[in-house]
Parts: sequence; C-alpha cells; structure tokens
Amino acid sequence: MICQECNQRPAALHFTKIINGEKTEVNLCEKCAQEKGEMFMFTGGSGFTFNNLLAGLLNIDPTVQKQNQNTFHQEEVLQCNRCSMTFPQFIKVGRFGCAHCYETFKEQLPPVLRRLHSGNGTHSGKIPKRIGGGIHLKKQVESLKNELKELIKQEEFEEAAKIRDEIRSLEKELPGSSKGGE
Amino acid sequence: MSLERFINQAVSSWMSEEGPDSDIVLSSRIRLARNFENFKFPTLFSHEEAQSIILKMEEILSESNFTKFGKMELLKIDDIQPLQKRVLVEKHLISPNLAEDSPYGAVLLTENEEVSIMINEEDHIRIQCLFPGLQLTEALEAANEVDDWLESHIHFGFDEKHGYLTSCPTNVGTGLRASVMMHLPGLMLTQQINRIIPAINQLGLVVRGIYGEGSEALGNIFQISNQITLGKSEEDICRDLKGVVSQLISQERSAREALRKTSNIQLEDRVFRSYGVLSNCRIIETKEAAKCLSDVRLGIDMGYINHLPKNILNELMILTQPGFLQQYAGGHLRANDRDIRRAALIRERLKMEQDKR
Repeated sequence: MICQECNQRPAALHFTKIINGEKTEVNLCEKCAQEKGEMFMFTGGSGFTFNNLLAGLLNIDPTVQKQNQNTFHQEEVLQCNRCSMTFPQFIKVGRFGCAHCYETFKEQLPPVLRRLHSGNGTHSGKIPKRIGGGIHLKKQVESLKNELKELIKQEEFEEAAKIRDEIRSLEKELPGSSKGGE
Repeated sequence: MSLERFINQAVSSWMSEEGPDSDIVLSSRIRLARNFENFKFPTLFSHEEAQSIILKMEEILSESNFTKFGKMELLKIDDIQPLQKRVLVEKHLISPNLAEDSPYGAVLLTENEEVSIMINEEDHIRIQCLFPGLQLTEALEAANEVDDWLESHIHFGFDEKHGYLTSCPTNVGTGLRASVMMHLPGLMLTQQINRIIPAINQLGLVVRGIYGEGSEALGNIFQISNQITLGKSEEDICRDLKGVVSQLISQERSAREALRKTSNIQLEDRVFRSYGVLSNCRIIETKEAAKCLSDVRLGIDMGYINHLPKNILNELMILTQPGFLQQYAGGHLRANDRDIRRAALIRERLKMEQDKR
C-alpha cells in the first residue's frame, strides 16, 4: 500500500480514527506521518493535547487539504479581515480568532463541523431575542419540513397532511415569504 | 477555625443539598459558552479588549438588578491567592485553565455558588450552573435565565447557520456542555462499566473519571457529558443525556441489588473495613481516601451505615483535595503532610457525626 500523503513511499503506519463513531482509515509512510504530527501517538505522551488532536483531525480532512493546496497555489491565503487569522493558522491551533472568522471561513467550515458534530452543520438551538422572531419561525418550518419528508418516506400520509397544513399556516406568518419557496 | 465552621463556609449547595436520584447522581452541570460579537476571542485579544470586557461585566453587574440567584460578586483572577484559586478549581467553580492560563480572567460568583460565570477563559463568557442530583432541566433553565440577562446587555456573536460562535469549533452552535457526575460503585464492582462506557461513547456522549488522571475514576465517580453542540437543540441535548443517565441509574441500582443478593456479607465487610480505615487512619493518600469514601457512601445508600449523612462523599471528596487541605491548614503543605492532614480531617468529620448521636 502506498502512502496516501506523498503517493510515493510505501505506507508504514496504518490506523483508524474513530470520531463520534465515524471511521477514517489513515495510511501514511513514516516521513509523512512525522511531518503531519501523527507520530505523537507513538512517541509517548508528550504534546498529546486536545489542540494537537483537533489540528490533526482538521489536517487529515481531504476537503480541507484540497482547499489548502488551492489557496497555496493561488498564493492567496484566506484571512479574516477583523482578527488577521488565516485558515492554515486556524487549522494549526484549532481555535478561531474572532466571531467574524466563521463568516470568513464559511466555505471551508462545513466538512470540519460535520466531522466534529456527527454530520450536523446547522444550528437548531436557542436564538438570541434581539435577532427577532423571523428566524424562530423559519427554523420551526425547516424542522417541520424534515419531519414531513420522514413521514412521507414512512408512508404516514395522514400525519404528513397535518404537518403540511401546519407548515402552510406558519409560512403565512413569515415576513416576506408570501411568494412561497425557499 | 473549627472544622464545622470551615465546612459550612467551604461547601457549595450542590455538595450539601440533596437532589433527585442523589443516591447515584451527585451533581448536574450546564455550561454555556458565549462571546462578544465585536471583540477578538481570548486566544488573540489585546490587553485593552480584555479589560473592556471585564469593565463591561462590572457595569452590567452594578446597573442591573439581577438577583434571581442571589447577590453576585466579581473576582479577578489576578487578585485571588494561588491557594484560593486552587480551592475554586476543586469546587468546580472555575476551570484549571482560568486559574492558570488566563491572565485577564475573572469570575462572577453567586452566594450559594450554584451559578458561576467565567470571564475571559477560552471564550469571553462561560455561564455555569451546578445543581445537586439529577436536575439537568432545572440547571438549563437557570443557565438560560442568566444568558437572557446578559444578552439584554451584550451583543453575542451569533449567526443563523452556526448558532453561538465560540473560540473552539467543538463548542459552536448551542455552546452547551451538559454533564452529570455519577457514583457508580455497583457497576464497577460487577465490572459492567467496561462494557457500558464504549456503548455510551457511541451515542455521542463522553464518559470520564473525575479527579483521577486519565481514564481512572477516583472514588468510582464518573462524569458523563455531551460531545455534540451543533445541530441539536439545548433541550434535545439534555434529554438525550438524561435518557442515558436514567438507564445508568437503573443499571447501577440493579447491580447493587445483585451484589446484596450474591455477596451481602462480603459487601458489608468491605463497607465497614473502609469505614474503619477512614475513622482510624493517621496517614491517607487521595486515592485510598477516595476508595474508602466510595465504599462508605455505598454503605449509606444500601442501609449498612445509618448514622452518616449521604452527602459525606461529595463533601469529603472535595474537602480532602490538596487545595482545601492547605486552606484549612492555613498555608502550604508538602505531600506527606497533606496525607496526615487529610487523615485528621476525615477522622474529625466522622467524629462530628458520632457526637451527634
């Protein structure tokens, strides 16, 4: 088996990462493993911190890596204009610099967040009051729509009809949504 | 200072009061992570930004009349003595991270210590509510009230897709960490715990021993908390955790009953041996103390010991930590002196109950 990193040397290190029950096979040659900091697992406990672990996790993600390389080739590194955090930096430390980073890196984040949160990518909890009722309704409609899909899948059409009516009545309350659709 | 007075001053409500299922669940904790929208996160923020956050919190505290959880006091980490810091950590009121690595850190504490708000730790604000027994819903409600209060004064970083924006991507969304501390001697003695922990991990929950290093659970006390913060509502996170905890409670109860049936006398022997050690020892290490305290607590829960209050495990587990021992002694103690002090404190505490009879 060839190292998945350099595609040249034979892979010497094979292991499986399990994060939230999601398995990832990793096959690396010794050199790449060392460079990627994966060897810390085998060289004793020193430096085994949550940050390393997280950074390792972010690094191994093929999507993140592709984007990394792309930005490198174009010689422009994605950088937050409020706190100057760059995406490679974020990958390295595993911490954002400010709230605005989420906006700056929003294209890169979905695979990272899905990995950390068992496939979830969208908030469905509390919403600050100042942001207003619009979002609350929208969220409610979204979750009902998901429920509707499930019910249709299970062929529970009677229940589904009830949910559909509920969605319709909620959508009427939504500001600026009279045209329907998304 | 007399031991009784020291304990009265040292003990938070979660240690002294009983809650639902408190024969097995010691405490329930809710933590919410929040950040100011317009300041850099504590990993990057400047001295000025850190100061203005503390100033803002002081302002909110003095202006508003939020007394639902009693009077609140703001303590700056820099102003707290090292020993006191350690005590706050041992009481779970602040994190080790705030005590050691947060130069601009501060904490807002209520009188009964049920609510604490850490400032400038990994996130600008971390609201924490700690309740005795299994009271996740109640703790979440309390945390939400504190959150609503702060939110009426502060613009928190939030976006529709990602929810509450946090310094670490593992907390984003709800910013919620719900955890429950459980005493599970029955599952340990019957060795069922090794089978149960992996199963719980698969459900997106984390199990770890508290006080012990690594995975070792000192005193058979385990902490179970949620891992996922994004994509589930606060209520769902708590409900899922509560579901697992309830199952653990019933498994622990049946393990205890099984032990009573199969090895009643052995169990009774174990309990009273440990009681004997605690009431007679002259030197005792944390590990042994934790083991014996766990046995004695099990003995109380199962009716072998009747003259001791149930909360003695919660209380003594905390009071025999190094920071507390040194505070009680009034100064720094070396490790072997601590073991002597620990033994003395435990003996004296048990004698207090003997005298009450």
